Amino acid sequence: MEPDWIWGLAGGLLIGLGGAVLLWGNGRIMGASGIIGGLVDGSARREWAERLAFLAGTFGMPLVLFPLFSDVDTHISQSAVVLIVAGLLVGVGTRLANGCTSGHGVCGISRFSLRGISATLFYLLAGGVSVLMFRHIWEII
Amino acid sequence: MRILFSLLSGLLFGGGLFISGMTDTSKVQGWLDIFGAWDPTLAFVLGGAIVPMFFAWRLTGGRRPVTAAQFPPQPPVKIDPRLAIGSLLFGAGWGLAGLCPGPAIASLGYGGLFHWVFFAAMLAGMWLTPYILRTVAARQGA
Repeated sequence: MEPDWIWGLAGGLLIGLGGAVLLWGNGRIMGASGIIGGLVDGSARREWAERLAFLAGTFGMPLVLFPLFSDVDTHISQSAVVLIVAGLLVGVGTRLANGCTSGHGVCGISRFSLRGISATLFYLLAGGVSVLMFRHIWEII
Repeated sequence: MRILFSLLSGLLFGGGLFISGMTDTSKVQGWLDIFGAWDPTLAFVLGGAIVPMFFAWRLTGGRRPVTAAQFPPQPPVKIDPRLAIGSLLFGAGWGLAGLCPGPAIASLGYGGLFHWVFFAAMLAGMWLTPYILRTVAARQGA
């Protein structure tokens, strides 16, 4: 298999193209947490169908590609407690911050949004500290 | 039409997340693990994604999206505690599980039961957030 960074770059370009399609097609920011969150808390109102269509694509494309790749493993934690705590943090955090890696990161940085850049610095910092604490100090993950 | 654009965008997004390895929690945690076996892949993914978006934003001047009246305006630059605390909480969970909202959806179909556990908790957190905000606002108002 080719080096990881080539796949990373190719995948990144596809992600950016996806963002460009949503921006130029629908005038919307491609932010995963906002698209899901609006459905969960009911703030999406009339837009629920297009949001579901986006999520169906995000969910479906990996299913189509999955059989074409060998030894795919997500290496997800096998601790339900870890996953529940992490999921709650991600859910609450992204809704408070109004964005995650796709909205603040990809769409925000590319338009030089100070909010997006600040958010990205905060979550990168917290992510680094989190892995340091949970992996190297407490050795939970 | 809007639904078609959304679907196409989601297909590209999900495909990109999958082939880039971002649905593999060990690659995300590897990127954040600067004191361990550091994995630079995520930088290529983010960098690669910013390139098309940079041009997409640059071309917006004086034009409009196919199905909308205008492009999303730049929100006011407000670096408030809500943005900071939210991003810090998000980052902590991101490091703990190696998943953020996009890859959490993209990995649901083939990743197994534990991805659904994370997804359910994430939805619960999103659902709870308006109540948390209301409680905090009520306390501050009292």
